[in-house]
Amino acid sequence: MAFIECRGLYHDYNAGMENEYRALDNVSLRVEKGEFVTILGTNGSGKSTLAKHFNALLQPTQGKCLVDGIDTSDEARLWDIRSRVGMVFQNPDNQIIAAIVEDDIGFGPENIGMEPHEIRRRVTAALKAVNMEEFRHFAPHLLSGGQKQRVAIAGALAMNTECLVLDEPTAMLDPAGRREVIDTVCRLNREQGITVVNITHFMEEAALSDRIIVMNKGRIMKEGSPEEIFQDIGGMRQLGLDVPVATELAYRLSRKGLQLDRAIINQEALVEALCRLK
Amino acid sequence: MLTDITLGQYFPGNSLLHRMDARVKIVLLFFYIVGIFLFDNNWCYLMNTMLALVLVGVSRISPRVVLKAIKPLWWILLLTFIIQLFSVPGEVLMKIWIFDLTYEGLEKGFFISLRLILLIGVSSLLMFTTSPLMLTDALEALFKPLKKVGFPAHELAMMMTIALRFIPTLMEETDKIMKAQKSRGSDIGEGNLIAKAKSMIPILVPLFISAFRRADELAMAMEARSYRGGEGRTRMKAMRMHKSDGWAIGSMAVYLAACGAVYWLV
Amino acid sequence: MSIEVRNISYIYMPKSPYERLALDDVTITIPEGKITAIAGHTGSGKSTLIQHLNGLISPSQGCVLVDGVDIAAKGQAARQARRSVGMVFQYPEHQLFEETVEQDIAFGPKNYGLTPEEVKERVRFAMDFVQLDYEEYSQRSPFQLSGGQMRRTAIAGVVALRPKYLVLDEPTAGLDPKGREELMQRILKLHRQEKNTIVLVSHSMDDIAKFADNVVIMNRGRVLMEGTPREVFVREDFIRQAGLDVPQITNIVKALKAGGMDIPSDIYTMDEAVDAIVRAMRGKNRAGGAEKC
Repeated sequence: MAFIECRGLYHDYNAGMENEYRALDNVSLRVEKGEFVTILGTNGSGKSTLAKHFNALLQPTQGKCLVDGIDTSDEARLWDIRSRVGMVFQNPDNQIIAAIVEDDIGFGPENIGMEPHEIRRRVTAALKAVNMEEFRHFAPHLLSGGQKQRVAIAGALAMNTECLVLDEPTAMLDPAGRREVIDTVCRLNREQGITVVNITHFMEEAALSDRIIVMNKGRIMKEGSPEEIFQDIGGMRQLGLDVPVATELAYRLSRKGLQLDRAIINQEALVEALCRLK
Repeated sequence: MLTDITLGQYFPGNSLLHRMDARVKIVLLFFYIVGIFLFDNNWCYLMNTMLALVLVGVSRISPRVVLKAIKPLWWILLLTFIIQLFSVPGEVLMKIWIFDLTYEGLEKGFFISLRLILLIGVSSLLMFTTSPLMLTDALEALFKPLKKVGFPAHELAMMMTIALRFIPTLMEETDKIMKAQKSRGSDIGEGNLIAKAKSMIPILVPLFISAFRRADELAMAMEARSYRGGEGRTRMKAMRMHKSDGWAIGSMAVYLAACGAVYWLV
Repeated sequence: MSIEVRNISYIYMPKSPYERLALDDVTITIPEGKITAIAGHTGSGKSTLIQHLNGLISPSQGCVLVDGVDIAAKGQAARQARRSVGMVFQYPEHQLFEETVEQDIAFGPKNYGLTPEEVKERVRFAMDFVQLDYEEYSQRSPFQLSGGQMRRTAIAGVVALRPKYLVLDEPTAGLDPKGREELMQRILKLHRQEKNTIVLVSHSMDDIAKFADNVVIMNRGRVLMEGTPREVFVREDFIRQAGLDVPQITNIVKALKAGGMDIPSDIYTMDEAVDAIVRAMRGKNRAGGAEKC
């Protein structure tokens, strides 16, 4: 059974009004348990709207969204959904609620009425999982962007979340912060089996995932492994997207007559392919 | 500079004052203030000052920081002092035009200023040694009995928590917007009052828009983390009174009794 | 002429618990007519540095000369010098405030005391630069635009001042790949057309290698290195010490070299890499192939 499943999902903003706007247009997808999926698309392609359906922050105008078999429109089980799926948003400043790191991580567990000692245990474990133990008593505004996003991830982990939905978590970070966050996410996916849905504009991040979903104007345009998706450089560019540097280099080399496999998405694959060439 | 404000900022630490139950601290602060106003003779002022100094010492907060919290009120202090100086009748020390500077005025002005300094100093000590969350939690707990008459204790406490959390963020933001508009040749705070007010528009509009955007995103983030009001919420840092709190309460009671004794006997 | 930053130090929040030396004896030259990139990780002092360039922050020590004029001085000449430096902050769309796009872009030119005709001309010029159609967008509210359009409107508000020196703090942050590429191309075009000086704060070493004539690497409030991208990137140890990385393409080339390919390691752009690899592969074929690799 898929962990997240959307069937014929539509979402209209301002439905019935003059400025009605269709943000999602017949979206169907499945995210398996333990999978790492990336969603790509330009600004305004509907990625964020889609992500907000995954923990019932938005309800479909039409169609269905199921999380771990629970229909997100089932209000009685809203809190089950939200503790199963944790969200991390783009702006690190606008999702930290408390003025001390540990208090912020405890915010979610407090909301669902957990016992104080259990909250403490979870907060400690969550801090450890994102390597932020020494910042437990820090004020958030003294942390770097990457650290703040790791606090946000810890906040979701403290809820015993099974799935992280990250809406451009690295967009406002510098390269070091970006690496920090993406390394953390990859590790959680690998070691703790946490299902990850990552929305990003960085192709190198997308190359790390199991599967990529490409969106444009509220629709899913393509779906496949990073190798499959990035092969079509022209198609990606047409959608306002890009490919990893290694892929572009391989492509330009093959146009110069080198016989290279087109499914090259990272440095290792490129080096191997070039070395195999005789 | 805009970020140069210490009032209402928490300095993490592990002193006796830091470890005390925030509810106890608030209640004791209240009694201390009552004490200052009730027992206003010289000996009691001396005792109150000594206690304040001891508290600063115990808190391990640098006295300089505490003084800084008092600094913004310097003008008010000076004004109060001057008014007292000339408005209290008594033994005339000096005559300036139609005003009489009296010995009693000097004394009263000094003590009223001292009273204000103690008030602000000790209150800011509470802020410095109590995390904003603990502070709001304590206020929520203290106001809880009023919930029965419809007082929104939880909502107010949550609002305060968030406001405190966003003060540094919004100060930074204001600073940035001001600089951006200055870079576009805007003269902020120059000219007459109308020009001054007008020059604030390019700062206030973006600031409000940003604040609303943040509020929107924050509400979304809170909802995503299962926030649904105060009902059924637990606390990681359950407020529990320790031995030291009992000690503090006892000491305060004895101290106030001593003040009373000194006040009525001396 | 140029911007000369001479021995500036800046103490952040002096005499407070947060006191910190944000800039420590920084001396750099920003040559006229060139693109100078400033790189450094968050907190390295680069934002503080650029705010000195038009006098938003006054140094605790040292001075900044714009075309030979000390901008901290009083009087018309210093004011003029400060105004010749235009500043685009990070996420500049957060400073929009007017009712229409046209009014917002006109805010700066009006403050500079230009005539209404000149202001109008400047607005058209700036909108043209950022590729916002005047007829379509000038009367719209900036808050109804898309994120990318808002960004461009805000940049137009500074471009309209026609600054001789244009400072941009991570202008492409948060944009999608297409938006990033388009904006960088427009900035490059403006640079060529207006012959102005660009100061670009960027995290993207690939962009720096592609666009910049000069690079300044900041670390802990000091200038760690200054030079052409080629001179700077060759010191990979220094770059890493500053918490940065060489361009991705350089890492790939280095991996190829480590794998046995006969290729120079000082390659910093895609074009260079393509040529060098093709040349190396041909050489290998001539040599008969079977090397270790």
